Amino acid sequence: MNELVVGIVVFVLASFVGFEVISKVPPTLHTPLMSGANAISGITIVGALVAAGLGVGTLAQVLGFLAVVSATINVVGGFLVTDRMLAMFRPRRARQDEGDEERTP
Amino acid sequence: MIELLYLSCSVTFIIGLRRMSGPRTARSGNLIAAVGMFGVMIITLVSESIVTWGTIVAGLVVGTVLGAWAALRVKMTAMPQMVAAFNGFGGLASALVAAWEVVQAGTAGIPIETGLSVVLTILIGGITFTGSFMAYAKLEEVVPGRPVLFRGQQVVNGALMVGGIGVAIWTLTAGDPIGFWILGGIALVMGVLAVLPIGGADMPVVISLLNSFSGLAAATAGFVIANNALIIGGALVGAAGLILTMQMCEAMNRSLANVLFAGFGTGEGATVAAVSDRPVNRATADDVAIALGYADSVMIVPGYGLAVAQAQHATRRLAAALEARGTRVHYAIHPVAGRMPGHMNVLLAEADVPYEQLLDLEQADPQLPQTDTVLILGANDVVNPSARDDPGSPIYGMPIFNVDRARTVIVVKRSLAPGFAGIDNPLFYNENTLMFFADAKDALEQTLIALNDV
Repeated sequence: MNELVVGIVVFVLASFVGFEVISKVPPTLHTPLMSGANAISGITIVGALVAAGLGVGTLAQVLGFLAVVSATINVVGGFLVTDRMLAMFRPRRARQDEGDEERTP
Repeated sequence: MIELLYLSCSVTFIIGLRRMSGPRTARSGNLIAAVGMFGVMIITLVSESIVTWGTIVAGLVVGTVLGAWAALRVKMTAMPQMVAAFNGFGGLASALVAAWEVVQAGTAGIPIETGLSVVLTILIGGITFTGSFMAYAKLEEVVPGRPVLFRGQQVVNGALMVGGIGVAIWTLTAGDPIGFWILGGIALVMGVLAVLPIGGADMPVVISLLNSFSGLAAATAGFVIANNALIIGGALVGAAGLILTMQMCEAMNRSLANVLFAGFGTGEGATVAAVSDRPVNRATADDVAIALGYADSVMIVPGYGLAVAQAQHATRRLAAALEARGTRVHYAIHPVAGRMPGHMNVLLAEADVPYEQLLDLEQADPQLPQTDTVLILGANDVVNPSARDDPGSPIYGMPIFNVDRARTVIVVKRSLAPGFAGIDNPLFYNENTLMFFADAKDALEQTLIALNDV
């Protein structure tokens, strides 16, 4: 099989895996899911690194640099902001311990 | 060997997303995916024979500083804008990678197989880039949040579409690199024009769709540089965005085409004028405190108005006071409440509301007939009974919370102005509805004080 066909096979199978996995995410986590998925779409950083590292000539270098910057913003920002959000989702028990302290001054 | 290493990193993405199925495991899932991403970068840097390290290091430093700065200081209420912006950068990165491929190939030209991937990446990435920043500008209200329509809009869009396809075919057959640049320009314009006519309340759909696009752009970039990790990661994100897009459309009972092209929410003034003279029950903080204080069960329905008023913490304090009196408090969250899927949940989680109390449409709606008091904070269309009763209503058929079936309904709202869809809400004129005209945050704080005397 040539590379293109293999790529298409991988794409189709990964899409189905994605559908299966993501259908199980509850609505309450949809925002972190989206920002987390968004960070994963920063995988294009692989291409950006290659572009910046192998580019010959000024234009290629500029494009590579901008690609790395954009992809890094996407990856770093995406994972960080997702972590910030998920850290806030807490169950009742964890919260009550603190609540008790507040109630007994 | 390198391929297998890339594959193992792709697996971390799947595991990470899998762990998003519950709030307890989600945080570690995100960390696993982040570690996988770091691994991917290391593999790339080691396996490719990198020449210009300076460019890479500079790009990584600038990107990390900007990304971290934005992520750490953004307010939770501004999360939709933030995600839109990150989306835009993802799309841009993919488009730039494809553009780089064109430059690198130079006069040698690009073989037609790769050429097709390049064309798709430039198109999808370009649209994602400007579309996302257009959404960002609308959410930040730099440009008006309402739909912006102009004469001949459909014609311009159609011409761009046809022109884009024409240029794409010409580029692929003639192999002239100039075609790729023209295509890039068309994509950038298309992104702006596509989001311009879409109203603020439809943003959950738009952001989900652009999220899907950023994934697709990454996947097609994977075809350009022949890397399966990009294809897998991109496909996962494409699927995630698509699922959310479909769920958002379903929650509004509208088709994707209707959301994208109809310019919904330009204001159907006729129905508003017809009924807005009817009397309503005006309530004070004391009335509201009584209705809440003597209730056994309270359901809070938050909407975008709560986010605008930054009232999530005040909501939580009032709920805590009610719980201390023995009242059961839950939150009913509609899928399209807020400006992106799950936005309300994040705001309430920030205010320390335990996630067990956050109910979705299917969980909350059946409980409403047994609920004593419903407190509506800045939500409107998602509690509008017209969606159930009035076949002539533009939102007819949209799944809603049937709050009018509860014993008492309290609506906190700044004025009687209709909601985003420009549709009057018969709920406001019901006998068991109390209207408390105030800013959500002020209203909650006043009610909390009044509750002490109940």
